[in-house]
Amino acid sequence: MIWLGIDTANTPLSIAIVENGKIITEENTSTPINHSLRAMSAIEDAFKRSKLEPSEIDQIVVAEGPGSYTGVRIGVTIAKTLAWTLKKPLIGVSSLQSLATNGLFFDGLICPIIDARRKHVYAGVYQSKNGELNQKVEDKHISFEALIHELSAFTEPILFIGQDVELYQEELEEALGAQAVIAPFQFNLPKASSLINAAKQMNKTESVHHFVPEYRRIAEAEANWLKANKKG
Amino acid sequence: MKKDQYILGIETSCDETAASVVKNGTEIVSNVVASQIESQKRFGGVVPEIASRHHVEQITIVIEEALKQAELQPNDLDAVAVTEGPGLVGALLIGINAAKAFAFAHQLPLVGVHHIAGHIYANQLMQQMEFPLLALIVSGGHTELVLMKEHGSFELIGETRDDAAGEAYDKVARVLNLPYPGGPEIDRLAAESEATIDFPRAWLEADSYDFSFSGLKSAVINYKHNREQKNEYIDAGEVAASFQESVVDVLTTKTRKAAKEFDVKQVIAAGGVAANKQLRNSLTASFNELNIPFYVPPIALCTDNAAMIAAAGSSMFTYGVRGSLDMNGRPGMELKSWNK
Repeated sequence: MIWLGIDTANTPLSIAIVENGKIITEENTSTPINHSLRAMSAIEDAFKRSKLEPSEIDQIVVAEGPGSYTGVRIGVTIAKTLAWTLKKPLIGVSSLQSLATNGLFFDGLICPIIDARRKHVYAGVYQSKNGELNQKVEDKHISFEALIHELSAFTEPILFIGQDVELYQEELEEALGAQAVIAPFQFNLPKASSLINAAKQMNKTESVHHFVPEYRRIAEAEANWLKANKKG
Repeated sequence: MKKDQYILGIETSCDETAASVVKNGTEIVSNVVASQIESQKRFGGVVPEIASRHHVEQITIVIEEALKQAELQPNDLDAVAVTEGPGLVGALLIGINAAKAFAFAHQLPLVGVHHIAGHIYANQLMQQMEFPLLALIVSGGHTELVLMKEHGSFELIGETRDDAAGEAYDKVARVLNLPYPGGPEIDRLAAESEATIDFPRAWLEADSYDFSFSGLKSAVINYKHNREQKNEYIDAGEVAASFQESVVDVLTTKTRKAAKEFDVKQVIAAGGVAANKQLRNSLTASFNELNIPFYVPPIALCTDNAAMIAAAGSSMFTYGVRGSLDMNGRPGMELKSWNK
């Protein structure tokens, strides 16, 4: 079983090929390079290094968001086009769950955070049990303040994971004290291998044509339109 | 015997998700367009983020349909041509990344096409282009006069200094409270009314082939405000007809002058505004009189489509132009010759 994993949901880029539970190749970078410049070339490089033809993969996994709208769309467009034209099954995995998978061995709760600007974040709460993640709080777009409020319902230690945690580290430690555990830097990059690991535990296949990003937020113009039309 | 060439074209530069297969650069085998007009209507214009979201929903469906209608398999294709720019960057990126993934999956060559080259080459799907050729490109984003001395060679001889013609149409339509998209509405209203208002025409310098439509747009807005202040009735039909007459007059006169100066063998019009009936009639009459063959593609090939991208891509492919997997969306891309 050969898996291709693609994550372009945020600044980092991760492309992996996993064969029979082993990573054959994985490229992880976090440079401010537009994903359109690098993602497809990185996929080509991964196939070359693995000495595989595109048609030899069995399963495609993609980070479906939340994250940068354009970033998520690049990965999703590549993944759904490959899945459709090569006739391979596709699985979408939350980019927050992918980060949480990096903290799979944490004894407590895991809270992946992706910054959404204006003091808002994308976040969810997960807990690992016997090497599998359970979702405790659904992924959502939420103000940082409201997130802190939601987290106050828990008493277990909480691992905060993701590159954007540092933006909120002081406030997290202030609000939660010793309950807040900050993940060491080497766990903060989203990895396509984590994505594949998470996908393996999911019993689902997407309808490729209808697969779209999980933005976790409606477009601003759409929100304004809905507001205006509710009033009227 | 020479083998037939099949190019898959993909276009997502604005609010149409489109795919098409073109044979030998001249024959449409399939041409599929998924329009977002119904969704974008709510906002009175194209919202880039909404456009990008719709493209992701439609892209594989549209490409599959184009191949199905063409009754072709990916390995029957010679190359994939995709709009590289100009356009909305987020929208462009959907077509580009789908094209790259498809090309990689089937090890096909990739060609990045300039959207305006596509509009010009829409004509190649109707009749052979003859050179030197003068192209008038008029759309929501462009107003340009391009001289072509041979295939793949472009010389910009005039362009708008402010608003594109289509942009002026959209803004004037909004001033008149006409539904989106405004161009066809103005054209329809104008056909039923008379041009009684003397709106300005921007001729610019005597030897210039450039255009300017912002003064005209302001004149329409001022006219409306003045009438409103005096509590006078505004006849939207008369405003539409007078505005359109000014636009058509300038476009026709400048195109005609350029055609004579450069002694062209053919004049073509292209782009969304080339779907305008009065403009088509005016240009046709003008070039009939000069005895210069004038062509404008049918409306479905004037508005954004992927057949035109495949047609331009076919010429580029024949000249050896190849794109690579690091292709990026280029919102401000310049039209460059590819025949050298």
